Amino acid sequence: MRKTVKLGLGAALALTVSASSLFAENIKIAFIEPLSGFMAGTGTSGLHQYEFAAETLVNANGGVLGGDMFEIVAFDNKLSGKESLVQLQVAIDQGIRFVAQGNSSGIAHALIDAINKHNKRNPDDLVMFLNYSAVDPALTNDKCSFWHFRFDANADFKMDALTDVMAENEDLKKVYIIGQDYSFGKAVAAAAVSDLGNKRPDIEVVGNELHPIIKVKDFTPYARKIIASEADAVITGNWGADMVGLGKAILDSGFEGPIYTYYAAADGITATFGEAGKGSLYLVGTDQLNPPVSDRAADYITAYKTKYPDGDINQARIVNVVEMLAKAINEAGSATDIVAIANAFEGMEHDSIWGSKIVMRAKDHQAIQDIHISEHTDEGAVFDYDNSGYAPVVKSTVKMAGADSATTCDMKRP
Amino acid sequence: MELILVNLIDGLVYGLLLFMLSAGLTLIFSMMGVLNFAHASFYMLGAYFAYQISTYMGFWMGLLIAPVVVGIAGAGVERYGLRRVHQYGHVPELIFTFGLALLIEEFVQFIWGNSQLPYNEPAILDFALFSIGSNDIAAYKVFMIFVSIGIFLALLYVLTRTRVGMVIQAALSYPRTVENLGHNVPLVFMGVFGVGTGLAGLAGVIAGPQLGTFPGMAILLGSIVFVTIVIGGLGSLWGALVASLLIGWMTTFAASSSFQFADILLALGMEKPAEMSESALRDLWTLTLPQIGPILPYMLMVLVLVVRPYGLFGKRDA
Amino acid sequence: MSDTTQKTAVRPTGVTMSMALPWLIAGAFLLVMPYVFTSNSAITIMNQMAITIIFALSYNMLLGQAGMLSFGHAVYMGVGGFMCVHIMNYVEDYSIPLPLPLLPLFGGLFGLGLATIVGSFSTRRAGTVFAMISLGVGELIAACSIIIVAFFGGEEGVSGDRTMGLPFFGNEFLQQIDVYYLISFWVMLSALLMFLFSRTPVGRMANAVRDNPERAEFLGYSARWVRYYSFCAAGFFAGIAGGLFAISYEILTAENLGLLLSGEILLITFLGGVGFFFGPIIGAIVFTLLQTVLSLQTELWQLYVGALFVATVMFFPGGLAGVLMMHVPAIRLGNAKLLVVPYIKTLIPATIGILAISGFIEILFYSRHAPVGETEMTVFWTDIDTASIVPWIVTVGLALVCFWITKRNAPELVETWHRANAIDGGKA
Repeated sequence: MRKTVKLGLGAALALTVSASSLFAENIKIAFIEPLSGFMAGTGTSGLHQYEFAAETLVNANGGVLGGDMFEIVAFDNKLSGKESLVQLQVAIDQGIRFVAQGNSSGIAHALIDAINKHNKRNPDDLVMFLNYSAVDPALTNDKCSFWHFRFDANADFKMDALTDVMAENEDLKKVYIIGQDYSFGKAVAAAAVSDLGNKRPDIEVVGNELHPIIKVKDFTPYARKIIASEADAVITGNWGADMVGLGKAILDSGFEGPIYTYYAAADGITATFGEAGKGSLYLVGTDQLNPPVSDRAADYITAYKTKYPDGDINQARIVNVVEMLAKAINEAGSATDIVAIANAFEGMEHDSIWGSKIVMRAKDHQAIQDIHISEHTDEGAVFDYDNSGYAPVVKSTVKMAGADSATTCDMKRP
Repeated sequence: MELILVNLIDGLVYGLLLFMLSAGLTLIFSMMGVLNFAHASFYMLGAYFAYQISTYMGFWMGLLIAPVVVGIAGAGVERYGLRRVHQYGHVPELIFTFGLALLIEEFVQFIWGNSQLPYNEPAILDFALFSIGSNDIAAYKVFMIFVSIGIFLALLYVLTRTRVGMVIQAALSYPRTVENLGHNVPLVFMGVFGVGTGLAGLAGVIAGPQLGTFPGMAILLGSIVFVTIVIGGLGSLWGALVASLLIGWMTTFAASSSFQFADILLALGMEKPAEMSESALRDLWTLTLPQIGPILPYMLMVLVLVVRPYGLFGKRDA
Repeated sequence: MSDTTQKTAVRPTGVTMSMALPWLIAGAFLLVMPYVFTSNSAITIMNQMAITIIFALSYNMLLGQAGMLSFGHAVYMGVGGFMCVHIMNYVEDYSIPLPLPLLPLFGGLFGLGLATIVGSFSTRRAGTVFAMISLGVGELIAACSIIIVAFFGGEEGVSGDRTMGLPFFGNEFLQQIDVYYLISFWVMLSALLMFLFSRTPVGRMANAVRDNPERAEFLGYSARWVRYYSFCAAGFFAGIAGGLFAISYEILTAENLGLLLSGEILLITFLGGVGFFFGPIIGAIVFTLLQTVLSLQTELWQLYVGALFVATVMFFPGGLAGVLMMHVPAIRLGNAKLLVVPYIKTLIPATIGILAISGFIEILFYSRHAPVGETEMTVFWTDIDTASIVPWIVTVGLALVCFWITKRNAPELVETWHRANAIDGGKA
């Protein structure tokens, strides 16, 4: 009897009071990504991966702090910086203290900036930024923040690993670099030039080109130039439609060498390249699905594919974010003391389900982990992408890439 | 030299593709005064319909059926939407097509999702027809050229040699008179709108495998089509053709050039600053022509409009 | 826009109570709102609304009042905003004693400056030439925002800190609520100035040039210069909106200049109604709510917004303001109460029918995208099971029944409408 009254009161309060932090059984993570518009595919896929990871890896094991559950709350930022800030404010008002974002380094910059200011102006209501995908090196260098943690390897680390592998290829004499004309594309190009110069001064960079982002309709002329330059390999950081357009144009023009990419997988890209990309497309990244590293990883992917037959685990590091956050909260002994959780993150070592050890470097909040070079192929693609039969299959691995790399980060601690 | 020849061919392919879109748009625009913002959305519908059909019946049936379906959809939009809005004036018409473009994009995402679709060239055309230097010319590109030229010739024939074409040309200039002569002008309008959107659909069918089939493909091409018909001169089929080819070659050559703006600055007698990050002009020093290739048509359009407001081949004000 | 009907009757000079009343009410409304909606996010959304209101009003100076269709109006707001962020940073770096509330003025001046340059060649002609030049210039400047990193900051934009300025009566604008009052002040001021502009001779001539440029020329006015002045004024107020944006968000990015925003403001203004001064205000409020609140509820919000726009253009070309003002004659005649019952009989079933359809769409969307085995979802606060056929039948059936009722009752509404708008209340 008394219980029902309480419940009724609770329901009434829940309707009237928007700050649902009053019922803090659930630890909420705000997922701020595009969920409408033409980048919504990536956003929705990430949301599913977060929900699945929280459900199966944390909640099913009894939650954190002896019974608190993770809850992922989705906010649609429409891939707009302005909307991201509005939604951040809505999330903060709902009592949410953890913000997960990753698509677009530009938005990550806006969020890191806004969260810095918020935490400075509202020291009683701190917020933490879990960046699982935005790889602009500046985020853990010049713009680094105590409230920001990056779980993906940054663009420089990836290029470092990629050029390690490229340097071993003695046949490689000429390389062409092409990317989108914005901070990330420029970062990739700069890293490629300097890394190749250090490791293989004999390799000639025959082209270093930027093209307008999401504006090029026909990539054929760029492809022609690449062929005419007699390059042996292409490096690009392109994503989305720019990746597909560039890749198809290069392959159609008769290019036979490897195309080293950051993002040529999943969300329809793997299916679109299909047979044509086999043996040509290579990916650098932290994810390893193929070959599966363990039965546990394989079971996890299988369970995910059973639940979402049309989905893919294309951002496997999301699992690391969720597991490490659970660990940090348990270690801090509180889900509200953001400073303690941040301190718990610093230097944390974690054995990922994907086989790599992960160390959250304290000096710049950059996760150090294995980086893999994968080949787009159907051979050994146990877990294919886009149900196409093809997937990136890991060919070589750089252990704990960038562990001793320098950072310009001057961390301001509270 | 070889590269120039290759670029000529690529620019031709892209230009003719633009022409297929702009031909329909310029007819619709000059006849009905409608800036059809949803034109590129019909192009997108063409690609998506063709993909769907091709999964059941193969590429060639998609090529035949999808443009017709798009054309019928376009005619339906004219009949039940645009005709109603027409009475309110041109701005509401434009906003109607604007809203329609939004709706079509949402519709496409609702049905097919947000990802890239694996819509590819038919296997029979998926080979290199010939090579210039080390550059392959795909058979599919040559096929695209032939389809576009075929469409252009057919349009030219219909407009200048047939009775229907005469009525359309007359309705372009004197709609009232044509109506008084007993022709059904609303029907002509609907027909022109249907054929125009059908052409856009056809362009989508053949461009989808080349340029990618994804929900952003309409926005990507949307405004450039307007630029084309404005530069060419409204209502002029020849103008649309010339402007399409001009833009096709311009963007292609710009993209494949390696011209640097630093050369201009040096020629102006400026010194390259030693510390680049301190210079206010640092972006100009590193700028290359390929970086700004896709915005060249917009510059050209502004220039043309300022100097010659009726476009290159137009006879009346835009 | 020759079909807009703006009142052009000359009123006696001097401020009368009936003229000042709407402004006083609006001011009081702005003061009270933060006490009704106290959360930070609500205030952020209201700030966004206010910025959009200025921007939309400034856009309507072109579209509604001068008949110029622009596809690149975001540029003036964006450039004003970028300059304001830069000034904010100068203030921080060199400790310039500039109080924050004055900042939007600089945004306005830079918007004005850009508009004087662009307008000098774009306003020579109206119609499509103007529209296409605005599109071209908009695209060029938007593209520059990525290329000229030194000024526009590339993709991540330029950010500043508003709290570094000279404290304004002790206020450092740390919280959203402080910003809210700053923005409210500027909204009232800008709206009032824009209203007064529409009542100046230039504003009146803009209407004349819009409706009939030839006749205006015969009267001795240069249509071109009238358009130019309107264009510059619109640029000024867009710049103010940009300055407020800079203060509210403390960051400007490439999207602030983009064609997307330019298109959005066109839709907002039209949704509100271009024929009335207050139309864009309604549009801005409704659209901001749809964008921020509806998008929290459903991923399909853009579908609904698109449908709303198309429906508005097709059935109410005067926009929401037009719908409201349609009732003025009936109210003046004292016949408004006649309409109440027919409205209830048609609008309520129509609303339920539309909601039922959107419910159906949501169920369809969910059942297509839900993970395997999960069939439970919540539509309109009702938990349903998509595996059972009941919710499908209920939504479709409800929609059909409601539309049937609407269709049946519609003739009665039309008839009452005519009666209510007849002088004698249709009694004769």
